[in-house]
Amino acid sequence: MATNLKINGKEVSVDADADTPLLWVLRDDLDLTGTKFGCGVASCGACTVHVDGVAMRSCQTYLSDVEGTEITTIEGVSGKAAKAVQTAWRELDVVLCGYCQSGQIMQAVDLLASTPKPTNDDIDAAMAGNACRCATYHRIRAAIHHAAEIMEG
Amino acid sequence: MTIQTSRRSFLKGAAATGAALFIGGNAKGAFAAASGAADLNPFVRIAPDGIVHVVIKHFEMGQGTTTGLATLVAEELDADWETLAVDLAPGDSNRYANLFFGTQGTGGSTAIANSFMQYRQAGAAAREVLVAAAANTWGVAPADVTIEKGILKAGTNSAHFGEMVAKAATLTPSEEPTVKDPAQFTLIGKDGLRRKDSRGKTIGQTTFAMDVKVPGQVTAMILRSPRFGGTLVSFDASDAADINGFIDAKALPNGSGVAVYAKNTWSAMQARDMIEAEWDFSAAENRSTDEMIAYHQGLLDKPTYQVREGGDFAATGKALEAADTMLEIDYVFPNLAHAPMEPLNCVIEPTANGVKFYDGAQFPGITQPVVASVLDLKPEQVEVETVYAGGSFGRRATPLSDYQVEAALAFTTLGGQTPVKLVWNREDDVRGGYYRPMAAQRAKIGLKDGKIVGWDHRIAVKSILKGGPFESVLVHNGVDDVSVEGIKDSHYDIPGMAVGLTDAETPVTVLWWRSVGHSQNAYSMETLMDAAAVAAGADPVQFRLDHLAGGTPDQVRLSGVLSLAAEKAGWGTPGKHMGVAVHKSFNSYVAEVAEISVQDGAIKLEKITCAVDCGLAVNPDIIRAQMEGGIGYGLGAIMRNKITFTEGEVDQSNFPDYEPLRITDMPDIEVHIVASAEAPTGVGEPGLPPAGPALANAIFAATGTRVTTLPMTDSGIEFV
Repeated sequence: MATNLKINGKEVSVDADADTPLLWVLRDDLDLTGTKFGCGVASCGACTVHVDGVAMRSCQTYLSDVEGTEITTIEGVSGKAAKAVQTAWRELDVVLCGYCQSGQIMQAVDLLASTPKPTNDDIDAAMAGNACRCATYHRIRAAIHHAAEIMEG
Repeated sequence: MTIQTSRRSFLKGAAATGAALFIGGNAKGAFAAASGAADLNPFVRIAPDGIVHVVIKHFEMGQGTTTGLATLVAEELDADWETLAVDLAPGDSNRYANLFFGTQGTGGSTAIANSFMQYRQAGAAAREVLVAAAANTWGVAPADVTIEKGILKAGTNSAHFGEMVAKAATLTPSEEPTVKDPAQFTLIGKDGLRRKDSRGKTIGQTTFAMDVKVPGQVTAMILRSPRFGGTLVSFDASDAADINGFIDAKALPNGSGVAVYAKNTWSAMQARDMIEAEWDFSAAENRSTDEMIAYHQGLLDKPTYQVREGGDFAATGKALEAADTMLEIDYVFPNLAHAPMEPLNCVIEPTANGVKFYDGAQFPGITQPVVASVLDLKPEQVEVETVYAGGSFGRRATPLSDYQVEAALAFTTLGGQTPVKLVWNREDDVRGGYYRPMAAQRAKIGLKDGKIVGWDHRIAVKSILKGGPFESVLVHNGVDDVSVEGIKDSHYDIPGMAVGLTDAETPVTVLWWRSVGHSQNAYSMETLMDAAAVAAGADPVQFRLDHLAGGTPDQVRLSGVLSLAAEKAGWGTPGKHMGVAVHKSFNSYVAEVAEISVQDGAIKLEKITCAVDCGLAVNPDIIRAQMEGGIGYGLGAIMRNKITFTEGEVDQSNFPDYEPLRITDMPDIEVHIVASAEAPTGVGEPGLPPAGPALANAIFAATGTRVTTLPMTDSGIEFV
């Protein structure tokens, strides 16, 4: 059954079961592999995307949930907060293995879009669901503060 | 320099491929320049556009080797860092061996250490021929040619590398290209070089094996025995037929499980859940964790081996009798899963004369012969294209190439014509074995007049190396070095020390887990030293320094990092709860001070102050990142991670019950790097071993509780 989706600003049609997780639609059907599979149970955040601008775990979001929404993945994320986050991530060399970082960045962009000057507590609350086995957390915190500075100009 | 016997063919190659400069070793092992890669093991490739490509022989799992090895070349070549590119080398042990292993592989925190001169010389060789080509072109002396950020200059002449590669490729560098005096370094040891793998990883464009899709591939998942050592008896896949995209299910020929084939990952996951299987558990691990702990503890009574040089249990026993204070502490360390963020996977496809893997390949030099033997091929018929790995922590470096063999068996069982992508999910990973081994330890320490007079330390743990390809290198007289590393070779001056080892037996598969034996052995050694200091009424830092006063180079460097960490942490500041640990591993020396607070009886990690001596610091920021990461990885495990069993079946399954360290747990971390001109040593693992005991010692200082059964949450410790 074909489902019409809008992903990164483009209309696409996907032929998959309605209960297929968005994660696998993105990765296997649409070759948008920047969104990662880490746990499949919404426990690690590696699969985080934006649905209508809000960070969601795509492994627990089903195809039938997202028809008619605007989906943004790491490949298409843009705007002031996204640019600031990606710049800050590079300037502080946050990444190590990098596998979780698409999800970290999507979550951080969501945070800064709603909270432009987050405190450490704000950051911890927003980012607690995004696991990083390389433990880059120390730099993630610093990079979010740095991104907030970049956004301020 | 050896003669380039095939100079003519190089020139022919230049004509055929267009001008490019390759620098590598030729068949005789000497550095050579050429216009093609065929007869070299290229480490440097410079395209006509002038962009320098550094070929990285180690795989990148986040430890920074792409940046590190590129730095070595860029330094000697004075290349432009911003435009320099990195290429991951193919699997080829003849060309890209780890010089410490003799085969291609990454591990033991050796990437920079084994490559340090090799990559610098490759850069120096490239520099030499480019300078000679420019000098010849401009009619000046080579000494008058300078390089700055990839631009050759002499007087009013200037050219980028690409303009000189055609001529440079015809020249012959010296046999031992001259490298810079460290005083001339402009990149090595300097801050400000950004990682080469950052950009792709921040825009979702880096290819991990999980992202590889080759034409016609099917996805395979394996239904494995729920108990280690179980074998497949029969299975029923009839219910899987209802799953869209399900292709087939076949028993693997070695009885290890059922390969489930589907058109894509989600179909494979669903189909596997529908398959029923029967297993033979007669040779399996059928015990529960309590029984396994009791079994390990029972092995402590009569050690098979005494492993400390000069150690003697009888003499130690006499020394203990003479003590005025005795400590006896038992430790239990659980199995731990590595749980890298990217679940294990790889792709295997047929080639004209064999197979090709796409893999975050940690040990291509092992995978090639092992898979070749499974598929009845020659090692060179097994191609490995290494892609970025989403973490490893040791898991991808299996001596038996477990998951690559699974992929090869799934591939050949399906007929050997269809590309197969093998995928594990998180449950497979958590339950899939190759854990850090469970260990039991028991130490008796005697003190007299505040000084250690005897130390009887016994270890029961399953050997990681016995039965594998590294047994001949790292098992000596029956003793697996990694079972006892960090204890048998402790650098403390401890009179009357004897160390016993007994190998535990279990079908549960075990493997090196970041820092290997040091991960548990530093915990026991450094909490014991703390307990001994307390028993002696001494300051824990001073007590350690007093036992490192013999003046050996190891002791001097351990004392150096210990003093530095203590000073930077403000050790001894009234009102602060701190613990300290210091340990040598992988030839590096690391001390850490943990500072905690206690909030309503729960522990909050405030800060870790780390001092590291890893010889010459090539990339200071990568060293800091590895210390931060090693500390975090170690703390998460020490705090709350364990793999346990109920009648042989693993109790945990995914992150909700194998909870990783979270940002909310992460302390502030401050890293201080000791300035050193010694040869560079490892940084990927050495940050980990002191972290756990430093935290444990801080908890003791704050609460009086000595945690000896891990994880800490099993000993009643709560964290904020």
